[in-house]
Amino acid sequence: MKAETLGAPQNVPWWIDPLLLTLCNLALAFAFSALLVWFIGESPPAIAAELLRGAFGSAEAVGYTLFYATNFIFTGLAVAVAYHCGLFNIGGEGQAYIGGLGLGLVALYMDALPFPLLLLCAMLAAALFGAGWSLVPAVLQAKRGSHVVITTIMFNFIAAALMNYLLVNVLIKPGSMSPETRVFADSAHLPMVHDLAAAVGLGLSASPLNLSFFIALLCCAATWLFLWHTPWGYEVRTVGGNPRAAVYAGISPSRCIILAMCLSGGLAGLLSLNEILGSQHRLLIEFTAGYGFVGIAVALMGRSHPAGIVLAAILFGALYQGGAELAYTFERISKDIVIVIQGLVILFTGALGFMLRPPLGAAWAKIFRGGGGRAVA
Amino acid sequence: MPSLEIVLSVLDSSVRLAVPLVFAALAGLYSERSGVVDIGLEGKMLAAAFAAAAAAGVTQSAWLGLCAGVAASCALALVHGFACITHKGDHIVSGMAVNILAFGLTVILGVAWFAQGGRTPFLGSEARFGALVFPGADAVAPLPLLGPVYRELLSGHNILVYLAFACVGATAWALYRTRFGLRLRAVGENPAAVDTAGISVAFLRYRAVLICGILCGFAGAYLSTAQGAAFISGMTAGKGFIALAAMIFGKWRPWPVLSACLLFGFFEASAAHIQGVSLPLVGAVPVQAVQALPYLFTVVILAGFFGAAVAPRAAGKPYTRGEH
Repeated sequence: MKAETLGAPQNVPWWIDPLLLTLCNLALAFAFSALLVWFIGESPPAIAAELLRGAFGSAEAVGYTLFYATNFIFTGLAVAVAYHCGLFNIGGEGQAYIGGLGLGLVALYMDALPFPLLLLCAMLAAALFGAGWSLVPAVLQAKRGSHVVITTIMFNFIAAALMNYLLVNVLIKPGSMSPETRVFADSAHLPMVHDLAAAVGLGLSASPLNLSFFIALLCCAATWLFLWHTPWGYEVRTVGGNPRAAVYAGISPSRCIILAMCLSGGLAGLLSLNEILGSQHRLLIEFTAGYGFVGIAVALMGRSHPAGIVLAAILFGALYQGGAELAYTFERISKDIVIVIQGLVILFTGALGFMLRPPLGAAWAKIFRGGGGRAVA
Repeated sequence: MPSLEIVLSVLDSSVRLAVPLVFAALAGLYSERSGVVDIGLEGKMLAAAFAAAAAAGVTQSAWLGLCAGVAASCALALVHGFACITHKGDHIVSGMAVNILAFGLTVILGVAWFAQGGRTPFLGSEARFGALVFPGADAVAPLPLLGPVYRELLSGHNILVYLAFACVGATAWALYRTRFGLRLRAVGENPAAVDTAGISVAFLRYRAVLICGILCGFAGAYLSTAQGAAFISGMTAGKGFIALAAMIFGKWRPWPVLSACLLFGFFEASAAHIQGVSLPLVGAVPVQAVQALPYLFTVVILAGFFGAAVAPRAAGKPYTRGEH
């Protein structure tokens, strides 16, 4: 599952692969999206301008963009941690959903706690429930070799059925027609960024951006520390790079698989911190809205590195926010153009990620070495 | 005891619900037997359902709709093949891209072309696959048991239903009785051996991926022009993944895959009937539990507790000459 690096051109600078190649792939994805926009009879530059305006045109828009980006940081990190262990966790959607259940139970039934303690419990519950939902696929992969991709897909659907049952039959607010819980007590709402800014004398316009954006950034730092500066992170990356070598080095692959998958599920579970505790303030059906799958695109684009993931998450946050505005201005286009872009980004930066590497390497060698690309690929 | 009428109606809808699963699961079977993992069945079905409904709506011909559906599905299959076979990309990532792309494209094009919020126009009976009534279906109806079974269960389906069952037999024959089938199975287990024998691994896999595209096209067209009468955004609703589950549950073999599809079709059909009904021994079963059953079954079978479900050995691994 790990990207093949053996055939990489040796005589090009290190940044060609993570930066130039990614940018070129991204450009391809956007070029095809523009082609589609042109095909259905709208003007690609006008759409792009409207997307940008919708995403960054005002302080409120930026707030929304960063709010969506927070979701994608969590799910992107979740995909990345598993990926470093050579696993493809496609179950972020289900893990986030179940994480929301944990968080919701704490916010509904433990709201007498003082806020910092409540926040801690809610975070722990979200992470633990998310991790628990990835535990079964992890153990089955580690101990019985059942392919984690298939089992996590199945667990997404099982999570949807379970939550559907719980929200329709058990947790539903009495008398409510739609499957959702009561609104959490005011004491269990995450502080909004514009409220925090107002407290220190800064005036920001209201947006759903809340404290969890900073928690997401902390998670990025923690993930970076874990992966590259702890023995466990080293073991996880070794298993991902070469499981046989890991066994020789005395590392237990099954332990690493379970560890990486649980961390992954935990990070996905934290999505509910932003979406439920930060914005919706009640547990509702299908609140994950495909954000778990966006995490795949974000992790691929961010090259599974926390810094890259933050950038990719902001790009997708901007697309989601800007896309939501499109329908107001353009008749023939809906916000689903963002889904197409998402699919194209996954295709070009993921599945076709190395298509452009040989020509890029050759071009580099030709221009800067004058060697006509001799040592390429 | 439930009456014969209820039993027959549940079985009848089981068959109807199993048909798209049969097409899609066989599609996955061809692809995976050749070594190309395909989690993009869902996306291909969705694209086909849209293209079929759109084309049938414009041309007023169900058959032209079917052709359009197959073409759309094959186009996505070729994208998957291009990424996985030609560029040795990750099969899972590519399949995911196909799913997401198909979902977005069908909505975008649907809104742009038909301006009905992603729906396609409602299809009249001439633009759909209608029921075929077997000769003498009404004449034998008075017979006890046999009459109703013949009339309700065997007769009265559209042509795609019978085609789906024929495809199972044809697949079993092609896989185990033809040279193509032997090579297909070989390339999924040991591509190096196939390559050594002078047979192109890439060409074989491309053919398998195309067959997968064609069958997904049938599955999608069935949903929107035979079972339904229009395309609704996201109308596959996870059927592609249930088909994937059925393929695994059937251990990548045609006849067991058919049984798995019928079983999962039966779950879906009975889910509609057990709402609020108290079953013997277990009491009232929540309908969501029945909906989750195919996925639970697949996890259990993948865990290898009831005979291991082993995927083709080279499935998901790109083939590079000299590396194996």
